[in-house]
Amino acid sequence: MLTKRIIACLDVNGGRVVKGVQFENLRDAGDPAELANAHSASGADEIVLLDISAAHERRATLLDTVRRAARQLFIPFTVGGGIRTLEDAAAVFSAGADKISINSGALADPDLITRIALRFGSQAVVVAIDAKRCEEEARWEAYTHGGRTTRGRDAVAWAQEAEDRGAGEILLTSMDRDGTGVGFDCELTRVVADSVRIPVIASGGAGGARHFVEVFRDGHADAALAASIFHYGFSRLTELKQEIGSEGIPVRWPC
Amino acid sequence: MIAIVDYGAGNLVSVKKALDWLGQECVITSDPALVASATKVVLPGVGHFTSTESLGRTGLKQAIVESLSRGIPFLGICVGMQWMFTGSEESLSARGLGVFDGECKRFASSVKSPHVGWNQLEVDSSSRLLRGVPSGSFVYFTHSFRAPVMSTTVACCDYGGQFSAAVERDHLFGVQFHPEKSGEIGLKILSNFCAL
Repeated sequence: MLTKRIIACLDVNGGRVVKGVQFENLRDAGDPAELANAHSASGADEIVLLDISAAHERRATLLDTVRRAARQLFIPFTVGGGIRTLEDAAAVFSAGADKISINSGALADPDLITRIALRFGSQAVVVAIDAKRCEEEARWEAYTHGGRTTRGRDAVAWAQEAEDRGAGEILLTSMDRDGTGVGFDCELTRVVADSVRIPVIASGGAGGARHFVEVFRDGHADAALAASIFHYGFSRLTELKQEIGSEGIPVRWPC
Repeated sequence: MIAIVDYGAGNLVSVKKALDWLGQECVITSDPALVASATKVVLPGVGHFTSTESLGRTGLKQAIVESLSRGIPFLGICVGMQWMFTGSEESLSARGLGVFDGECKRFASSVKSPHVGWNQLEVDSSSRLLRGVPSGSFVYFTHSFRAPVMSTTVACCDYGGQFSAAVERDHLFGVQFHPEKSGEIGLKILSNFCAL
């Protein structure tokens, strides 16, 4: 049976893994290559590395980090942050990424999705959407530049457009839940997952096994991503997968 | 020397990285002469079946046919495996090599497509490629079209019905999943191929 994927995310700033709460107050969490391998060994189904500094800082260190992390990693590896052109994407692929994740670059130039998909295949293009609930209406807006700006684009409509333009997956982060540990935004996830045919990765808010079960069952997510709960030993990935599996959710176990 | 055939479709770094890790001498190449003289040939592939058309234009198909006639072990991955079949619904213009019978088809409309993620193999224990890989093993898939189950099928997978996850005949091998992205099990499969 096709399993639900548990994805470990490494937010990287200047070559180090960091973690913040709602995109702020960053703390050091370790070396990206070491953490990627440790997560793979403990049963992560996929690794996502997001360079959170890239949209506004230099990126030569990123390629070096990707190369080091990819060397011993034999599970799918996605890299995002600051990719604005086909050439940026090509450099990340040659450093060892299997998929790239684009957010600000895609919103500024939606055709970028198509150009990368034509050259590297749709399976290699993940469109990341940082969604924040609007205060006045029951809808979500897509934010860019690490959650700092918005053009007011509706997150659901943007996910559908991304699919039409050739995206292979949607990485959907709830900015309201990011780093809080109170659970994924199942409502947001379900609305997006039911609006597209491609897989949706839920992100933002994971605090324990129960939250994963909820987002798979009620949020219709195909995969779920978390960062902080894996880094600091709050919950070992292997135990987490067993707990999720024991609730009747199909997971890859044993790996 | 293992030739990893580069025909302009997608990213071949992951396959090379896995073979490097296994200590194999290998090269990513689009040179037909190098492909024809390699001791083993790997044809990766991602994206659209139409991309395989360039194999014919560049002389790579001819080089592959020559190498196959000498009994050189050949491994097609993903679209590379689909190309070993007669053809695919995905492209009316591009035809496959036809060393395995059957047409690749779309998934049933009852399931989401593409099929992305870790799914399980039902393994025919006589397979040389899958020696030591138990049924129930998880491997990583990402594809929108599927190859039919034929007499050459050595592993099935179920997603809206059964399809060929691995095929094998003599020195010809194909896998729909990505062994280079399937953890320890995937490395085991690649290492079996390298040991042939």
